[in-house]
Amino acid sequence: MNSLFPSIVSRSQSSGLMNFFVPIISIVLTLITGSIIFVLLGFDPVYALYTFFISPISSTYGISELFVKATPLALIAIGLSYCFKNNIYNIGAEGQLTMGAIFGGGIGILFHDTNAFWLLPLMIFAGAIGGALWGLIPAILKTKFNTNEILTSLMLVYVALFILDYLVVGPWKDPFGYSFPKSRPFSESGRMPLLFDGLRVHFGLIITLFLIFVSWFIFSKTIFGFQLKVSGYSPKAARYAGFNQTTLVFFAFAICGAFAGIAGLAEVSGPIGLLYRDISPNYGFTAIIVAFLGRLHPIGIIFASLVIALTYLGAEDAQLFLQIPSAVGFIFQGLVLFYLLGAELLINYKLTYKKLL
Amino acid sequence: MSDTILKIENITKSFPRVIANKKVTFDIKKNAVHAILGENGAGKSTLVKILYGLLEPDQGNIKLNNKEFKVNSPAEARKQGIGMVFQHFSLFDSLSVKENLILGIDEKMSYSDLENKLENISARYNLPLDLDAPITALSAGEKQRVEIVRILLQDPQILIMDEPTSVLTPQEVESLFVTLNALVKEGRTILYITHKLEEVISICDTVTIMRSGEIIDTSSTANQTAKTLATKMLGQKLDDLKTNYGHIKDEVNFEVKNISCDFNDPFLTDLKNISFQVRVGEIYGIAGVAGNGQSELMDILTGENINIKSGSITFDNKKIEKYGPQKRRDLSISFVPENRLGHSAVPELSLSENILLSQFPKNNFIRNGIILKNNVDDFANNVINEFKVITPGNDAKASSLSGGNLQKYVIGREISSKPKILIISHPTWGIDAGAEHSIRESLIELSQNGTSIIVISQDLDELIEITHKISVIYDGNLSKPFKTSEIEIEKLGLLMGGKNE
Repeated sequence: MNSLFPSIVSRSQSSGLMNFFVPIISIVLTLITGSIIFVLLGFDPVYALYTFFISPISSTYGISELFVKATPLALIAIGLSYCFKNNIYNIGAEGQLTMGAIFGGGIGILFHDTNAFWLLPLMIFAGAIGGALWGLIPAILKTKFNTNEILTSLMLVYVALFILDYLVVGPWKDPFGYSFPKSRPFSESGRMPLLFDGLRVHFGLIITLFLIFVSWFIFSKTIFGFQLKVSGYSPKAARYAGFNQTTLVFFAFAICGAFAGIAGLAEVSGPIGLLYRDISPNYGFTAIIVAFLGRLHPIGIIFASLVIALTYLGAEDAQLFLQIPSAVGFIFQGLVLFYLLGAELLINYKLTYKKLL
Repeated sequence: MSDTILKIENITKSFPRVIANKKVTFDIKKNAVHAILGENGAGKSTLVKILYGLLEPDQGNIKLNNKEFKVNSPAEARKQGIGMVFQHFSLFDSLSVKENLILGIDEKMSYSDLENKLENISARYNLPLDLDAPITALSAGEKQRVEIVRILLQDPQILIMDEPTSVLTPQEVESLFVTLNALVKEGRTILYITHKLEEVISICDTVTIMRSGEIIDTSSTANQTAKTLATKMLGQKLDDLKTNYGHIKDEVNFEVKNISCDFNDPFLTDLKNISFQVRVGEIYGIAGVAGNGQSELMDILTGENINIKSGSITFDNKKIEKYGPQKRRDLSISFVPENRLGHSAVPELSLSENILLSQFPKNNFIRNGIILKNNVDDFANNVINEFKVITPGNDAKASSLSGGNLQKYVIGREISSKPKILIISHPTWGIDAGAEHSIRESLIELSQNGTSIIVISQDLDELIEITHKISVIYDGNLSKPFKTSEIEIEKLGLLMGGKNE
């Protein structure tokens, strides 16, 4: 007779090939589970999956929208990989994004009637600073007081959101805005240039691709990237090597915060054009899934951001055409993460049923 | 009297990358001490784990008293009369001896019954125990006594001892042997797992020698010598290592003076007023039973811990006690801590990448923050060739190497930069005899070329083989140094047990 519950046994060697397939397997399993859910809701699964995953990107406009959504996801995810590679669980990117939007957007509001070439670069710079400063708070708390960065960075998300709330209903409220909770619109030169006429995909995409390339270089070619990796795998080995781990924590948080801040600024100066309450549909949290789905690798993150961006678009289409709540998009994101973590476990461990007498 | 109690026939057990036991066949006679001798990785542990129900053999069978013997758990093995004392103790540190004993036995027993039984056992087998003492307060030898008593409470016919002397002082070893003899006199059988040759000759009746999973020989120990056993165990002859004192200069280049360090942590040992001096070209050994402050001292010598209470470290006339590891490497001080995986090497990284953990000023691995991959790869290949590291190449992950190969690689990495001083902890811990020999050889060669070496080790034989001076660390105190060539083992043993006349 076998025991009822399997025990988890470590595999002596994990397969390199499987490592590569994990994200793909997770996506396939997500689609299967998704179609089961659609069937249970009474929809034709083929039509539902088509509505969810194919129809949103069957037009040029749709593809442009895909890039609009993928841009902040990829940018934040590559920033997060600086932290995750170092084994720092910064889950406060949403707050760092918000702070970036506030700092950069603040400059935009201050110069709302100025049109000059330097305005957008200044806003981007301010956005990066805002995000970085917000990211440094959990870094200081972690290194000085040994607090858990998961808790502090998460709590700071809500603090940042309340600050934004206060600003757009208070001091930064648009004086001509009929009391709506939003700021003045930025001037024309405070907006991200559009890449194509009539499509919303904007210059933020170029910034993102550039920063992904820079990050690839840092991760694979520089001693700084190596130090992040070593200190993530084994803090003891990093101490033996003499790497300054406090500095590494600060850099990882600051870079991640800066990237998230730029993503936030790119949102408000790109598609939105002003500050208001809901500038981000949880990009900062969803980017965590993107980072892991992309295995913290720059190329992987590009693909993962497109997949996850599609769940956002699919959810909107599903709401329109199938009358299902758009929260189904979150279900798909959750499923991907669930299968990803499950497959990850099974790569390194196997389940065995112990024999009982 | 000499009939067979346990018959092991054709036991085969393979793991994903190795065959740990290949058709292992031998008999164990009743009422004797039977040794299983072999280097690390020879398959001894796999075999006893099968006997004790921790592993299932792929093939083969075992007969206990001529009856089929098949167990799926240690509890069943104990029921059938086989008990085992592990090398690493499985005791609850915060509980008392009595509580640990009650928890460890399979049947129900009241405290008063237990005490009666214990009195009997303690007297009969020379195993005195303080029942109310908490485990934390016991020495390694006393902890082992608790483990032995726990097994004896269940009255086993066969007692398996896995490397029982590895953590004991010479005096504690003596007392263990008295116990073992008393057990055998009563008609019990002892299966004694070891890689120490002298022990086999002094207390075992029969010896089975294993090498790479196979039985090489089973024979009486009567006319064996350490040399003949070693040759069979290793399959090759090893040259004797020779230390000489001629090349040592009078000049002291590393001096530790009155180092004290308080940790305020019950699991760490405070260091008390430690002082010693190392001369140019000298190998200085620090002996002691595990847990007496070795790793704490190592952290201070490497600079991984610079929060000392008082004292100084001087190297080449520079005070370095506040320097971190990189600043010490910049002065040509090199170090190898005890743990390979996750400390001196990162298992997930390639051999090449592992080179970058330890950089010396003349290495030229990095320019403007960018890694010069060719230089690093060349260096790695050089270490692999020169120190005969067995690996498919410099891009193999560190975790894919055997313990001995990885240790050769790590030590090779440090030696290749020709340091002025090498500080090394447990250089041959957990590795096979071949690698052990080549590591000791390269340490001696290094010292002859003028490098000072500090070796912290629990392995007394190793220290006697390679060092020029030895001092003993006990409870955070370091004894005065003794010249290795004039040393008395007994004296060292007393110091290791904390007895300083």
